[in-house]
Amino acid sequence: MISYVEAIEHFEPVIGLEVHVELGTASKMFCGCATTFGAEPNSQVCPTCLGLPGSLPVMNGAAVESAIRIGLALGCDIAGWCRFARKNYFYPDMPKNFQTSQYDEPIAFEGATDVVLADGETVRIEIERAHMEEDTGKSLHVGGATGRIHGASHSLVDYNRAGIPLVEIVTKPVIGPDAQAPEVARAYVAHLRELLLALGVSDVRMEQGSLRCDANVSLRPRSGGPDQPLGTRTETKNVNSLRSVERAVRHEICRQAELLLAGGSVTLETRHWHEDTGVTTPGRSKEQAEDYRYFPEPDLVPVAPSPQWVDHLRQTLPEPPGERRARLAAQWGFSELEMRDTVGAGALELVESTVACGASPQSARKWWLAELSRRARAEGVELADLPVSPQQVAELQGLVDGGRVNDQLARQVLDGVLAGEGSPEQVVTDRGLEVVSDDGALTAAVDQAIADHPDVAAKVRDGKIAASGALIGAVMKQLRGQADAARVRELVLQRLT
Amino acid sequence: MPETPETTGPSISRADVAHLAGLARIDLTEAELDHLAPQLSVIVESVARVREVADEDVPPTSHPLPVTNVFRDDVVRPGLSADEALAAAPSVEQQRFSVPQILGEEA
Repeated sequence: MISYVEAIEHFEPVIGLEVHVELGTASKMFCGCATTFGAEPNSQVCPTCLGLPGSLPVMNGAAVESAIRIGLALGCDIAGWCRFARKNYFYPDMPKNFQTSQYDEPIAFEGATDVVLADGETVRIEIERAHMEEDTGKSLHVGGATGRIHGASHSLVDYNRAGIPLVEIVTKPVIGPDAQAPEVARAYVAHLRELLLALGVSDVRMEQGSLRCDANVSLRPRSGGPDQPLGTRTETKNVNSLRSVERAVRHEICRQAELLLAGGSVTLETRHWHEDTGVTTPGRSKEQAEDYRYFPEPDLVPVAPSPQWVDHLRQTLPEPPGERRARLAAQWGFSELEMRDTVGAGALELVESTVACGASPQSARKWWLAELSRRARAEGVELADLPVSPQQVAELQGLVDGGRVNDQLARQVLDGVLAGEGSPEQVVTDRGLEVVSDDGALTAAVDQAIADHPDVAAKVRDGKIAASGALIGAVMKQLRGQADAARVRELVLQRLT
Repeated sequence: MPETPETTGPSISRADVAHLAGLARIDLTEAELDHLAPQLSVIVESVARVREVADEDVPPTSHPLPVTNVFRDDVVRPGLSADEALAAAPSVEQQRFSVPQILGEEA
């Protein structure tokens, strides 16, 4: 495959992003079934979401409200009157043989949102529409090599997810960012996640599929000038982590560039992202598959939000992300660079929660941006997906502040927490990591070190204070690092001066 | 969106029926295509007669009642147990509906 640099040399990438958000309502979009993640298969179903004859859907008012609030937060116009439509297709993930969605009358349309990149630059992403629909069931393909449908003998379907309210947010083609397209794609999804979290409409857990991203990518030759039409696009489905969004867009740009440079053409198709190998593979061809025979849903009445209702919902919007960042930076005393790094690392909420649990802003920032970011990178996971909570980080910092563990021990405590050994307190107890604060034990260790290194001790006695480092090191070694180095230094100097 | 049927001429061609059958995954024989195309045409043409009385100024109706905003509260209500849900399924495996493989498509 050709390099990204080479691809960008010849082509300008244009991206478009479709993000599906599962709303955090207690019940489904059109029936009263629960929406709890991870429940026993087919235990959260009823005649309506199973599409049994005679059942009728009724809209979840809270879901409609969430959809309107999302639209408003994205600067969209809210439709004064709109309907649901049936998207007809014959695939067993929807037992009704159609998905209830919105077609040409989305609840929200024509918006824009400002995304801040890691370098502080702001990119305006225009929103085409945000519409309401229901999620589909989950298929498990049996007999194939990888759980994929290819080679499968049959599929097993769980309809717990079928009917959970979704909002699909569709951008207009994003043309400006050029070579930064992969980074912009990631930053946009991170921005949406932040916004949706602040709205409180979804738990936006990408690993659980409550935020899913489809990335459209097309290329235009540099030689064609800025007014040429967009190239043929591909749609890469279900890119389910922030890191993957960036990687998938980058990969697709390189793949298409190579194809075009070799004289080939891009096929309009759905592609699948493979997290493990970092490539996309072809799915169905759009030309034959996209014939959904949409028509207005006759079992639901139109949604006509009154201006009063919309205004009322506008009042409930949280502070916009930009203003929020400015407020938190001032509150925490962060420099612009510190704040940008915090946001860029996806650590804003984590730091905020850690501070709320009692840690100082600077210590919270250090944990998440240094030690924990390093571990997340090593594991190849998102920071937020590390098995440690802001509460635990604050507790760990409390142990440091209280002098019960030093920095080195704190990292060992963190190892234990990440390994699932319980709270920091628990790990300290189980692993015996607390520093030796008993002066008797410390003094004994200091005396031992002095006895073992008479020449060093003599130097210190002669006023070469710097030489005490060797004695402190010997004490720390003897106590397996479990001592406060500053206290040890004090004791050494007390003894020798 | 489907083409709006014209009021004159056969509105559903044999090729249309073959295409629809493909979408619906119904395997029709040549004889069935010959048989169904004119029948479906008659049905579509009959319904299309509404156009003769509904002029441009009459918007299409999607619901017979002039009401909007019928919502339920976001409250969980008991549904079916998994056993009840799966009771009528032709085939069940791992507490899931077992369905034949779908060729050439990914979920």
